[in-house]
Amino acid sequence: MHSFGYRLNGLLTFAVTILALMCAITSLSDNFNTPSPSAEIKIININWFQKQPQGHDEVSLMMNVSADLQSLFTWNTKQVFIFVAAEYGTPKNSLNQVSLWDAIIPAKENAKFWIHTSNKYRFVDQGNNLRGKKFNLTMHWHVMPKTGKMFADKIVLTGYSLPEEYR
Amino acid sequence: MGWIGETVDSVKSIQMRQLLTQAVSLGMIVTSALIIWKGLMCITGSESPVVVVLSGSMEPAFKRGDILFLHMSKDPIRAGEIVVFNIDGREIPIVHRVIKVHERQDTGEVDVLTKGDNNYGDDRLLYAQGQLYLQRHHIMGRAVGFLPYVGWVTIIMTEKPIIKYILIGALGLLVITSKD
Repeated sequence: MHSFGYRLNGLLTFAVTILALMCAITSLSDNFNTPSPSAEIKIININWFQKQPQGHDEVSLMMNVSADLQSLFTWNTKQVFIFVAAEYGTPKNSLNQVSLWDAIIPAKENAKFWIHTSNKYRFVDQGNNLRGKKFNLTMHWHVMPKTGKMFADKIVLTGYSLPEEYR
Repeated sequence: MGWIGETVDSVKSIQMRQLLTQAVSLGMIVTSALIIWKGLMCITGSESPVVVVLSGSMEPAFKRGDILFLHMSKDPIRAGEIVVFNIDGREIPIVHRVIKVHERQDTGEVDVLTKGDNNYGDDRLLYAQGQLYLQRHHIMGRAVGFLPYVGWVTIIMTEKPIIKYILIGALGLLVITSKD
């Protein structure tokens, strides 16, 4: 009962159990954080708005994105992944979500930012429904912990619309 | 020739009970591990409730060797979720983020496009020939939590199977030689 093997086994089991417990408590501590993020997106310009050879509408636009997401960071946060998505409905699709731009915020200092950018990913519709389309721009964020449960939430900004004609 | 029979009998009578007890204990360990695995499959609703991250396409969020806990619910798939999916014809599941969602008005079915955070382009190159989107039946689960580094054990055992055999051999030896 007191051989080296048994002692090592007992020690290792205890160590792993304690480690697992610490990971769980670390993850639980994230629940005490009440975040209060803010974001603002402004569409500066529609660069072009065309119907592609395959028949789908596509838009290219320039936007200013500014946000303050510092309250999302806790000691257990590894990074925050944010993205801006255009959300709209069409006669065929009840919901379309198209991610336009994303970024990884590695630390709290980088979480308050302002950026002037064109859409990183192509804003393409499944069809030709984009003329005059009203859409929402949502700022989503995913908090990735150093260990444990991941959190995600979003801010919905309404009131954006596309031009009536191709240009 | 009589003494051979005697020794064989004595060997058989002493060791048989111990052997059987050890075989049953080993069986109990294996089956309880199986019960836990199947139970997890039921609770999370996913075919494989725990996956190991194999590539660096989601860095710096998930590095090679991390394990992800998956959960599959009937909730609709939305942009930003990290999903694990299988491509027809490939056996290794891929863990990437959803960047585009098109949900049908009438059927509620959904077309989904994914991309690894650390990749330059979206996953259309990974999909099957001619496939532009994923559907719900391709997706095995959403990632809801993760543990770093724990998955290296699985990676090492898969990539260097010798270590797997050595480990199982050593375990078998331990079981046989232990007195209780």
